[in-house]
Amino acid sequence: MKILTGNDLASGDVIWWAGDGWSRQVGDAADVGAHGDDLARAEEAALRVVGAYVIDATLGEDGVRPAHIKDRIRAFGPTVRPDLVEQPTEADIGKWVI
Amino acid sequence: MYRYDSYDQAIVDARVEEFRDQTQRRLTGALTEDQFKPLRLMNGLYLQLHAYMLRVAIPYGTLSGKQMRKLGEIAGKYDKGYGHFTTRQNLQYNWIKLADAPDILAELATVEMHAIQTSGNCIRNISSDQYAGVSADEVADPRPWAELLRQWSSFHPEFTYLPRKFKIAVIASDDDRAAMRLHDIGLKLVERDGVVGAEVYAGGGMGRTPMVAPLIRDFIAEDEIISYLEACLRVYNRYGRRDNKYKARIKILVHEIGVEEYKRQVEEEFAHMRELGLNPPVEELARIRAFFAAPAYESGLSDDIDRSNPAFALWVDRQVAAHKAPGYAIVNISLKPIDGIPGDASAEQIGLVADLAEAYSFDELRVTHAQNLVLPHVKKADLYAVWQKLVAAGLAEANLDLITDIIACPGLDYCALANARSIPLAQKIAARFAAAERQAEIGELKLKISGCINACGHHHAGHIGILGVDRRGVENFQLLLGGSGAEDASLGQITGPGFSEDGVVDAIEKVTDIYLAERESGERFLDTYRRIGMKPFKEAIYG
Repeated sequence: MKILTGNDLASGDVIWWAGDGWSRQVGDAADVGAHGDDLARAEEAALRVVGAYVIDATLGEDGVRPAHIKDRIRAFGPTVRPDLVEQPTEADIGKWVI
Repeated sequence: MYRYDSYDQAIVDARVEEFRDQTQRRLTGALTEDQFKPLRLMNGLYLQLHAYMLRVAIPYGTLSGKQMRKLGEIAGKYDKGYGHFTTRQNLQYNWIKLADAPDILAELATVEMHAIQTSGNCIRNISSDQYAGVSADEVADPRPWAELLRQWSSFHPEFTYLPRKFKIAVIASDDDRAAMRLHDIGLKLVERDGVVGAEVYAGGGMGRTPMVAPLIRDFIAEDEIISYLEACLRVYNRYGRRDNKYKARIKILVHEIGVEEYKRQVEEEFAHMRELGLNPPVEELARIRAFFAAPAYESGLSDDIDRSNPAFALWVDRQVAAHKAPGYAIVNISLKPIDGIPGDASAEQIGLVADLAEAYSFDELRVTHAQNLVLPHVKKADLYAVWQKLVAAGLAEANLDLITDIIACPGLDYCALANARSIPLAQKIAARFAAAERQAEIGELKLKISGCINACGHHHAGHIGILGVDRRGVENFQLLLGGSGAEDASLGQITGPGFSEDGVVDAIEKVTDIYLAERESGERFLDTYRRIGMKPFKEAIYG
């Protein structure tokens, strides 16, 4: 699947296109098919995202997972600061990153 | 320490308001990202992997307690409670909101700091020796020259759009603690026949094409340093390649046209510069130098240190260096705890070091390119009190220049350019070699890790260097041996095929085992490597 990611313009937070808006959880990411680049342009013009780009991802039993390690780290947060990750309460969430 | 005059302050304040307006226009859509990006970069604001990152300049690595405290306050108020000291003596905040950036810059301006020229193809923060002014063997304190260069290079109209970024280091000792010859230009202050001047090195650097800078002038008198550098930059600005960013640094120009031809062109331009009379008046250097006068050291102090506490004695032996004034010492504060992140400090730790600087070090501290901190003027009688406070704050690791004193770039955990994670590898290596006795047995061994070929972690200059690469989406690590960023500067050589994260830790252990087996009396790791060469290490690693 193809998913769209970028950073929130004002906060810089990593965000994922969820079909009807942006989410901070990669698990909410929606398949953008062939429309990712058009969406990125429109959302950047609407000042909701900066640096948007389309990436490959897989949808498995555990949900949406970016294909490349760089994007998995973007989704998870710094692997060396588990206290700062997006969902610190889920102890095993980082296991899929590497 | 240098204090801003009204011109400095007015420039920085105006820049803050200019950026506030630019930021507002970006947030309201009046500026596109393509328009805004070069503006934010000129103010040190990057968009990194997780968020905006702000790089704050720490000129020649010197800070007052008040400035350090402000850095800690900003970390607590606007970031996630910590900052990262870099290999260019700067500080980076990793979690900045765009809307907050102008307010942060305004707060920095209140303590005479900024983020100007911490990015972009301009002359970056001038770096220097963290022992400047307190080392007994220096010709002169290099910081007045570094400050003069800071003023000369700030908003220099001719050098704001160079072919590529430009880094300058200034030292004044035979011991090079600033990796001077791995800069675009390195200055080493020397004295010839009673006249102070500088040796000039040009065309060094790391990155994808590492080079040790050759000497291009063996002496330039102090009152002509600026016009000589102007000539160096003019030749580079005119002939440096702008068609390929990977070949745009001055090192490529010097290499491609040859050292002698570059020198000839610089001398020709310098002769022209001399006619223009552009050197700053000698009085200006004297004015700047007055800010760096030695503090009022007490006389008659004892040099005795009570070493009855073994942990304190271990720390003194490793972290405390000789000071030029009797009764005083230089304290190195490690930002490399075994389970920590190289160069990171919490807001509370930053505040504590600010307090220590004010209470024990004439209100002054330094940042090192090795991502540690220094209190430059501590009475030996105060060392125990300082150590106790450092222990309480988790800042008393005794590992300066040992295998766990690892330089590591932020790597793929934070950096959008990185291919592999540097920090977890640094932590694994530190854990493997954590035992104090083992570190002491190995002795001086500078280990440096970069998460990509841009070499922010100085891997080319490590006695042991590690370069993280991407092998079809999987982290892989190349091992290098034999580099040095010190006065015996050299570039490391790759051992062979790369390793997994665990594999490279094992390989380093084999390398240190060979060193311990082969070393002769008094040899550091680097000395043994240079004597016996790569072969025995390679056989042990790949056997």
